[in-house]
Amino acid sequence: MSGGSAPGTGHTYSVPELQAIAKDLRRDIIQTIYTAGSGHPGGSLSELEILIALYFRVMRYDPENPGWPDRDRFILSKGHASPGFYAVLSRAGFFPREELATFRQLNSRIQGHAHPMTPGVEMNSGSLGMGLSFALGCALAARLDKKDYMVYALLGDGECDEGEVWEAAMSAAHHKATNLVAIVDRNRIQNDRFTDDVMTLDPLDRKWQNFGWRVMQTDGHNLDELLGTFERARTRRTRPTVIIAHTVKGKGVSFMENNPGFHGRAPNAEEFQKAMEELA
Amino acid sequence: MVAQRKMASTRQIYGETLLEMADSFPDLVVLGGDLNVSVFTHLWRDKYPERFFDFGPAEQNLVGVGAGLAASGKVPFVSTFSVFGVGRPFDQLRVLVSQPGLNFKLVCTHAGILTGEDGMSAHGIEDLSLICSLPSFTVISPADTVETVQAVKTAASEDGPFYIRLSRAATPVVHEDDYQFELGKAELMREGNDVTIIATGVMVSVSLDAAEMLEAQGLQARVLNVHTLKPVDEEAIVAAARETGAVVSAEEHYFHGGLGSIVAQVVGGNHPVPVEMVALQGYSESAKAEELMVKCGLTAEKVKDAALKAVSRKQ
Repeated sequence: MSGGSAPGTGHTYSVPELQAIAKDLRRDIIQTIYTAGSGHPGGSLSELEILIALYFRVMRYDPENPGWPDRDRFILSKGHASPGFYAVLSRAGFFPREELATFRQLNSRIQGHAHPMTPGVEMNSGSLGMGLSFALGCALAARLDKKDYMVYALLGDGECDEGEVWEAAMSAAHHKATNLVAIVDRNRIQNDRFTDDVMTLDPLDRKWQNFGWRVMQTDGHNLDELLGTFERARTRRTRPTVIIAHTVKGKGVSFMENNPGFHGRAPNAEEFQKAMEELA
Repeated sequence: MVAQRKMASTRQIYGETLLEMADSFPDLVVLGGDLNVSVFTHLWRDKYPERFFDFGPAEQNLVGVGAGLAASGKVPFVSTFSVFGVGRPFDQLRVLVSQPGLNFKLVCTHAGILTGEDGMSAHGIEDLSLICSLPSFTVISPADTVETVQAVKTAASEDGPFYIRLSRAATPVVHEDDYQFELGKAELMREGNDVTIIATGVMVSVSLDAAEMLEAQGLQARVLNVHTLKPVDEEAIVAAARETGAVVSAEEHYFHGGLGSIVAQVVGGNHPVPVEMVALQGYSESAKAEELMVKCGLTAEKVKDAALKAVSRKQ
């Protein structure tokens, strides 16, 4: 697609096609992190279907013109999960797939944590808790400019330990940012351990509800369900919406699934081979 | 001997200047963290409610939302007290604003010990040190209301992150109305070749008084107003070192990381001469602003003494 008035992404992928894309991109994620020798596989794999639903069905944007003023915004607040984001951005046409091999390398546009030097990235990241505030700023700008774009912000569940998340939640409801959708990647693991061991988040739905948000829950890997949830999130908007997406950290690679050890480390050669075989 | 100068409030003129810019800067929006009456952004809030957003005392979010607005083409003026606007959201200023270099304006009032009675927690004596450590920021510490008006208008016109430091107390007006502020250029306020007093903020007025005292003792002190701390006017500072052979810095800020550190860095790196610093040595206490200025040694007498010491150290 091109130009400034296109109504959508132009993508009409079926769910099976989206699932095939997910399989391709899981390989890209593992390859990217293995080539770099570092990175965050767990959260990149848990967030993947959420991003695929957004970039290949839900959001309108123009990869030829990343700054298109009418675009829907996606803000990756959990910026360490950048390999999943980059895999999706390159597949969506923002930059060539070959560039994934430059992740975390000198003179690359593909930084360790997402930074707007990468085409398609809106916000600098790497310090948790900031993305919802930034997304609210984008959402308020739409109101000032009388534009109808949506703003999506993806947060980690461990990230919800940050006080700023709740400052932003309170203020988004206060300022009636109905074009703002937060998604919590509820994979139940943060840097060190399971979220339940580090800091109790439940009842997470009621926390958001009591801050004035409309709460939806979904299986974060079921593309049918995700698409339906995003569709509902766009309709009957009187409050900001949060989607708690129940996911599996490390999804798709058996030994990474539900394993806190793969929050932030690259697979070794043997693990890489095994992962790629599983994803073949 | 000490000049009588009109007193005027930099924070009040800030609020009034915002109103003046409303039509010429249609993308300008104002963000507050409660405290708007103290910061004088309530003037804007009441006149342009649709271009004003309050976030309460929640400064991480305040800066984060401002960054999102800036990334969407707005020109956010974000204001609160300096202790809250710089200290609490420092990481948001670093990651969301400075690193991508967004067009974001942080204007903080109640800086320094001029905040007075509220005591040490309310005295922003570290703000210049913190904010100067962020590579993308332009940092301005106006000497009076006349300079504040032009600094605020300059920040709105120029791209990139700006920090402007204002006071709670009314401060002496040292400029005529026809003064022309030039971003990044130190202002020569008084010519002299025996010593240079390099001052910023309220200490410009104090330093002009010190120069009068020095003249009575037969010494001609040059006085530079360094309103722009970053990028600093290295040329003017190096010329001062070369031509006067001794330098005194004067600031209402902690001695570490503020104007004195900047001056010492520039002088030491280019034309080493004696440098004396008049600055705060640590935390202060609750009292009237003018009492604290005396107790903390931010007086014309002390600046004069520092100048004499710098002169005595000349080789």
